[in-house]
Amino acid sequence: MMHLLSHEHPPVEVRDIRKAFGANQVLAGIDLVFRRGETTAIVGPNGAGKSTLIKCLLGLVRPDQGHVFIGGINAQQDAAARRLVGYMPQHAAFPGSMTGRDMIRLVEELRQEDRAPDLELVRRLGLGADLDKPFRQLSGGTRQKVSAVLASMFSPPVYVLDEPTAGLDPVAGAALKDHMAAERERGATTLLTSHVMADLEELADRVVFLLDGRIRFDGTIEHLRTLTGKDRLERAIATLLEGDAA
Amino acid sequence: MVLILVIWGLLQAASVPERMPGHSAGTISERIAAAAPHDTVHVEAGVYTEPTIVIDRPLTLLGAPGAHIQGTGGHELLVLAADSISVSGFTFSGVDRTFMEDRAAIRVQDARGCRIANNTFRGVFFGIYMARATDCHIESNTLRSQITSETTGGNAVHAWYSTHLTIANNRIDGFRDGIYLEFTDDSRVEGNTSVNNLRYGLHFMFADRNAYTDNVFSDNRAGVAVMYADGISMQRNVFRRAWGASAYGLLLKEIRRGEVLNNTFDGNSVALLVESTDHMTFHGNTFAENGWGIKLMASAIGNVFSDNTFRGNTFDVSTNSRTLDSRFEGNFWDTYKGYDLDRDGRGDVAHRPVTLFSVLVERHEPVIYLHRSLLVDVLNVAERLLPVLTPVELVDPQPRMRPPL
Amino acid sequence: MMTTLLTFHIKDALRSRWLFAHFALYLIITEGLLLASGTGDKTLLSLINVVLLLVPLVGLVFGTIHQYNSREFTELLLTQPVRRSVLFGSLLAGVALPLMATFALGVFLPFVWHGGVTQDQGLRLALLLGLGSVLTITSVGAAFMVSTGQTDRVRGIGTALGLWLVYAVLFDGAVLLAVTTLGHWPIEKALLGIMLANPVDLSRLILLQVFDAAAMMGYTGALFTRFFTSASGFIMAGTALLVWMLLPLWSARRRFLSQDF
Repeated sequence: MMHLLSHEHPPVEVRDIRKAFGANQVLAGIDLVFRRGETTAIVGPNGAGKSTLIKCLLGLVRPDQGHVFIGGINAQQDAAARRLVGYMPQHAAFPGSMTGRDMIRLVEELRQEDRAPDLELVRRLGLGADLDKPFRQLSGGTRQKVSAVLASMFSPPVYVLDEPTAGLDPVAGAALKDHMAAERERGATTLLTSHVMADLEELADRVVFLLDGRIRFDGTIEHLRTLTGKDRLERAIATLLEGDAA
Repeated sequence: MVLILVIWGLLQAASVPERMPGHSAGTISERIAAAAPHDTVHVEAGVYTEPTIVIDRPLTLLGAPGAHIQGTGGHELLVLAADSISVSGFTFSGVDRTFMEDRAAIRVQDARGCRIANNTFRGVFFGIYMARATDCHIESNTLRSQITSETTGGNAVHAWYSTHLTIANNRIDGFRDGIYLEFTDDSRVEGNTSVNNLRYGLHFMFADRNAYTDNVFSDNRAGVAVMYADGISMQRNVFRRAWGASAYGLLLKEIRRGEVLNNTFDGNSVALLVESTDHMTFHGNTFAENGWGIKLMASAIGNVFSDNTFRGNTFDVSTNSRTLDSRFEGNFWDTYKGYDLDRDGRGDVAHRPVTLFSVLVERHEPVIYLHRSLLVDVLNVAERLLPVLTPVELVDPQPRMRPPL
Repeated sequence: MMTTLLTFHIKDALRSRWLFAHFALYLIITEGLLLASGTGDKTLLSLINVVLLLVPLVGLVFGTIHQYNSREFTELLLTQPVRRSVLFGSLLAGVALPLMATFALGVFLPFVWHGGVTQDQGLRLALLLGLGSVLTITSVGAAFMVSTGQTDRVRGIGTALGLWLVYAVLFDGAVLLAVTTLGHWPIEKALLGIMLANPVDLSRLILLQVFDAAAMMGYTGALFTRFFTSASGFIMAGTALLVWMLLPLWSARRRFLSQDF
């Protein structure tokens, strides 16, 4: 799948995006480049602009200014940019009458890939028979598993994962993290938000800390630890927040 | 007399079917002049064009199939100026319209006991015009015209100052008035079909004690008008598709002591308009699919409407007054919303056939715009519960649950 | 792409209870009317009220609720390589087509097992179903307009109900007031224009031409009859219905294409 990405362009490029909802400046000039094989944790308190930034990447929110490029394709102008992205929402609202298999078929047809989907994750997450039950009969965790399958079934070059392990049982959570680690090895670029610091520590190479619509920190986890003098990521982030308040 | 017999013999010899007309047999006028009273004059097939034929003695004029009296336009064709004349079997045509006189194909003038039957009239101004006729039978004729405006057309069967007429089983199509009676009393009009006339299918004024039964009046621009008459009887007629702003299935004006029984009013703009009419009985009629079933004017007094059927009319009854003197008894209304708990076939609550909306339309015609809107439905129900604008007395206290048989 | 999404939406609708309930609603109403009044015109006349009131109400309220309920899934679909215009089209068709089909079938089927209809009645029924379909599209379009413009669900449903009230009742109340107070002015011609401004009234007056033709003979009635039977009037009425179908859709689509989710 990586061949889809031209090497001239970074997988994800965010150029000076600004977005205000009314008087509320949610994003106040964000510049970011995400490289191949890099997993980045987007962190920050509620209202810092994390979800708006993600929605800009996905083309759901139109920035007032600036652009997002996925593999060189303008995400606001061309729906094709999203062929390169596998997205796992925090909470996936599937129609209650449809089944996981219906969704897999739908995504298959919408993506129009020239190869069969990789459904290895179905087995590893232990979805099995649940794939043929309507969503209204499935638990939140099981829906989350389906969501993970949908995001990764074509091994996209870019992943956007919003609280991916929320609601998953520990076994499935571990399976998903293993899968993501393998994807990174293959060169996938991943953007991640999570309130589970252990997940971030396990998966992320890089941390982008947002506050009031601006980037307050952008660097490796090691750098963050050095900067704040805290070993645990949770402590390090809290220190960043305190420092900002001071 | 010998001469007459010789001519008669020649006529008989001449009446072989193949023979072309107008030859040695002479004109019809000549043959009539030669006929004795109560003779039968046979006229063979052929086209006869001659000046107005005047029959001045009682006789029978009998046309063979194909006998055609054709005018040149400027004169009447046949005048019946004696008693006991019978004319049958002819085709009449070629009488142009004029504003100077009521020019007719056949004129009956001061005659008694005439019979005009089985004739065909085409392209004539007036068809049969009777003035001071008595005891005449107009039967089974076909009258056709295609006039284009009301003012330039004549009437198919026209009677003036006549009595004891029988006008039966005629087919009339496309005149101004189909049958017109003025100052004509004690007559019967039966089984006629009068259609596509530009004014009235049947029109009578100052005509008392006449009976109209089993006629069909259809597609006449203004319907049927009955004015200034006493003691009329109208039974089993069909009034259909009188269609237009001032078109009435049946318009009654200044009529008293008559009966309108078992007629059918179907698809008229206004089925029945009752104006200044008193002590009439309307019984067993069917009003179906009309714009207005009955428009009852304030000037109508003491009329009784019983056992009629109202079905699919936009408005069953409308009126311009809140106080009315007419009675409704045991009619069937398809709009009736009541019930019959005691199962006697009569609704247990009274029916108010006049809706608020019909009153509003009567006052402000553009309100028709709102017909079948939710707003109007709600207003009608409210008015039914608490009448403010509709006539309080106009109720059918015991409406039928099913149409009378 | 469009076909894929549309198939999915229709499949979703077919499996859901609301569509069956909608079908049953019209089936029961029509069957009830047929049992009470027979296959005659009376049933068709009662159906006029159903078409003019219930169809827009259902379209507006259901369309709005459906949009709010599927908002998150819509968002999810937009993260796939799907153009917004395509998704909008499939969402709209996914609601309007099933509503139209169940409405038409629910009304039509009872006539079939009650012995069918005469040719004349068949044409009237077809007109009724046709206008019902037009009003379905118009009201679903309006519902989409409301739900794309208003993110608050309760306010959105309130707005939809308000729209229905305006077009089904208040508009006519204003006309009644105007006609009865301005009776001495020549307002008949103005009514033609007023009619074009309300799709419910326009549909109703078209139906009056057929079901109450005999009563449309007064000055105003004849004016409307002349309007609908003239070529230009016929075209204007058709254009107005088309505009009433497209205008809410166009507005909803414009918002949908530029809105933030």
